[in-house]
Amino acid sequence: MARTLFNNFDFMALRKPALVVSVVLLLISVISLATFKLNVGIDFTGGSIIEVGYQQAVELEPIRTALEADGFGDAIVQHFGSAQEVLIRLVPEAGKDKAEISSQIIGLLQAASETSIDVRRVDFVGPQVGEELTEDGGLAVLYALIAILIYVAFRFEYRFSLGAVAALVHDVIITLGIFSVLQLDFDLSVLAAILAVIGYSLNDTIVVFDRVRENFRKIRKKTSIEIVNTSINQTISRTLMTSFTTLLVLLSLFFLGGEAIHAFALALIIGVVVGTYSSIYVATTSALTLGISRSDLLLPEKEGEDLARP
Amino acid sequence: MVNRYAPWRYILLILIIAIGAVYAAPNLYGEDPALQITHRVNLVDEGELNNIRSTLETEAIDFRSLELDGNNVLVRFDSEEAQLKAATQVREALYASDRRYSIALNLAPATPDWLTALSALPMYLGLDLRGGVHFLMEVDMESAIQKSLERAAGELRSFMREEKIRYKAVQATAKKVSIRFGTPEDRDAARLLLEEEYRDFVIADSNDDRSWFVDISFNPTALDEERRSAIEQNISTLKNRVNELGVAEPVIQRQGAERVVVQLPGVQDTVRAKEILGATATLEFRLVHGSFAEWSAAQANGKAPIGTRLYTQSDGTPVLLKRSVIVTGDQIVGAASGIDQQSGTPDVTITMNAKGADRMAKITRENIGKPMGVVFIEDKFEFRDVEGEKRRIRTTESQVINVATIRDQLSKRFHITGLDSTREARDLALLLRAGALRAPMVIVEERTVGPSLGQENIDRGFLSVVVGFVLVLVFMAVYYKLFGLVANLALSLNLVFMVAILSIFQATLTLPGIAGIVLTVGMAVDANVLIFERIREEIRLGNTPQAAIYVGYEKAFGTIADANITTFIAAIVLFGFGTGPIQGFAVTLMIGIVSSMFTAIFGTRAVINLIYGRKQVTRLAI
Repeated sequence: MARTLFNNFDFMALRKPALVVSVVLLLISVISLATFKLNVGIDFTGGSIIEVGYQQAVELEPIRTALEADGFGDAIVQHFGSAQEVLIRLVPEAGKDKAEISSQIIGLLQAASETSIDVRRVDFVGPQVGEELTEDGGLAVLYALIAILIYVAFRFEYRFSLGAVAALVHDVIITLGIFSVLQLDFDLSVLAAILAVIGYSLNDTIVVFDRVRENFRKIRKKTSIEIVNTSINQTISRTLMTSFTTLLVLLSLFFLGGEAIHAFALALIIGVVVGTYSSIYVATTSALTLGISRSDLLLPEKEGEDLARP
Repeated sequence: MVNRYAPWRYILLILIIAIGAVYAAPNLYGEDPALQITHRVNLVDEGELNNIRSTLETEAIDFRSLELDGNNVLVRFDSEEAQLKAATQVREALYASDRRYSIALNLAPATPDWLTALSALPMYLGLDLRGGVHFLMEVDMESAIQKSLERAAGELRSFMREEKIRYKAVQATAKKVSIRFGTPEDRDAARLLLEEEYRDFVIADSNDDRSWFVDISFNPTALDEERRSAIEQNISTLKNRVNELGVAEPVIQRQGAERVVVQLPGVQDTVRAKEILGATATLEFRLVHGSFAEWSAAQANGKAPIGTRLYTQSDGTPVLLKRSVIVTGDQIVGAASGIDQQSGTPDVTITMNAKGADRMAKITRENIGKPMGVVFIEDKFEFRDVEGEKRRIRTTESQVINVATIRDQLSKRFHITGLDSTREARDLALLLRAGALRAPMVIVEERTVGPSLGQENIDRGFLSVVVGFVLVLVFMAVYYKLFGLVANLALSLNLVFMVAILSIFQATLTLPGIAGIVLTVGMAVDANVLIFERIREEIRLGNTPQAAIYVGYEKAFGTIADANITTFIAAIVLFGFGTGPIQGFAVTLMIGIVSSMFTAIFGTRAVINLIYGRKQVTRLAI
């Protein structure tokens, strides 16, 4: 009955190849972030997005021409979801970044269309608000990491805490890196997803750490590497199960949730996959490399209150 | 070893489930299209109720119910068609006697009375789900302060005239009022008197080659007070304007020191909403100075004679008006748009307050036969790069919309004409009624979701929750058999609890909130997976089934607690630093963590104990 996916797989033997993979991914991410940057949306840069629905499929060219004629030549016009829906994106520019612009554009579009148009969405973010969001978003990630660092150091040990944060930084950078390489839209919801990834990946890491701690206290004869291996083997089916169920839900969000949560779901999918990997290879390997050993985790007094098992 | 829960635990569990079910229930009932009728000053009562009833009956509009609900009358309809038709008719009927009624289209929850009596209400849907506009507006504090200083400058002038202080000029800037004197002696004498009279101000002096100044500015406390009152007055003006627009359940809230959040659910014409909210238009009445020749001369050399100011009229021709204002927009208490009987052009009928009416009467009586100008003033904004930094530049556009000869003494009520369109007349009347903004406001963020997209978001969000949820249920049942089914029970309960808690707190459900629920469903499984994997492990190690259950729950608890607390910390940080959508996500995540801990540990244990606890078990279906 009780099935297991892995019984005694030597995870730690793959520690070096995993390190190479992680370093390569990190390098690609950092280089891409430095050169191509993130394709940040108006939430951070400021600007306007206008989404309108037409009663029938429309060509984009006449819309562009109409906008150009009124001095909006730099507007990005594209179909959104279907040929009946059009998305217009305006980058901020001196004198053009105010809420009234969208009203003007809606007026122009209505004038250029024979049938009445349906304004589906207007987002306008003023330049200062955009700056504040970038700052607040960055701070939110930073504070979340610090809070986690402190909590894990308090509950476990500082080397675990550094391992956990290393794994989180790893996940965040690679998720951002993938968004940068593929030039996917990075908006406020993706930032929220990144923060959720931190929470999720941490969840995974803590479960593994918890078992490592338990085994260090219980098993005396094995080396640190062996104990970590045993712990990962014991938790791997749970790790994969949870990631799998979460992915099921995320895939449902991605395919059925509509355009508005597309990017959000994608960021979480990437994050969950990377986070599952990192809780095994980055978090524990870092803690091991930092020299975690049995003596660091002994309880001050009574030990082995659990049912003793060899 | 036996696994039993004391009876009180089951009673507690059943009680909590019952409460959860009751408070989640209102969300099943949907909403009725409705009209919400309020009066801006008086309380509505049976009189209005009967009036509305007879209007609807005469027009043969079917309505579901008509009730007095607190300070408003609520009429429910079966269709949106009837709702829209009724809105037009009721508005016409009520406006005939009094224009201060507000008739708003609304969606009223169709919650049964017994649930409402328990204050069980459905979740509040966010703007991204029901459609509507969200504005973040910023008060231009610099001009608020400048306007206060300009008022102070006026007072200073009359004070110095009364005290017979000899001064050359008084000028208000963004930071201070400067009074210019011809000699240092005059200045020093004035300063002594001013210091005595204006204790709340910081008084300093300065001088250049030829002039001596006293500079008067607000002290820090007064400055804070000015800022606070500026934002408060703006909020109350915004509330009046929103009432004029007829929006149900608007949110107008201060955010931080200089910003106001305005949320208008269900507003269709966002362009107009934006214009009305941000409009700074107001009127000033001034006497005309000189003749056409003088006006042209002033325009040609760009210099207006002392005590006058150069304006342009709607047709582009120049005109000189006296600097002293007869009355300003804040003295207007009523305004209605209409059509001028004589010319057939749009007009606005204005009603002044007592102070304004007195002054208007006095000045018009003394100036019969002379022309008077009506100035339309509007603030406009632009962002410009100033030394690499984005700065907001305010420009004030003043235009003389009408110059007319005073034929008779004007007093409390009079008409103004010269407006371009009926729409312009209507909006101007609305703005004058609602009061002027103390300081101009600019929209720094806008999120508008059209009603069609809102419905689509609800449908898609709902679909993705259902599909994701069902996939997880199927998978769990297949993988963990009976234990999986128990976990599924816990998961469903978790969903009910989340909806119940969100409803009890009247939290706003947004699209990211739905995403949060979906994610929590995925993660709520985790607690059960941890427990079940532990139980399997204990069985592999040769423990008896009862011991395996006991130890499995016991050992998994520490891990679950650790993992959930850390995620909870991340959610708190998200809530603390995030704005709107991120906060919605964080709240659902937090509620989900608490509720999933309860259902996944306590809930499943109760059921497992019930199934296995009282008998000898040789193997577990896990």
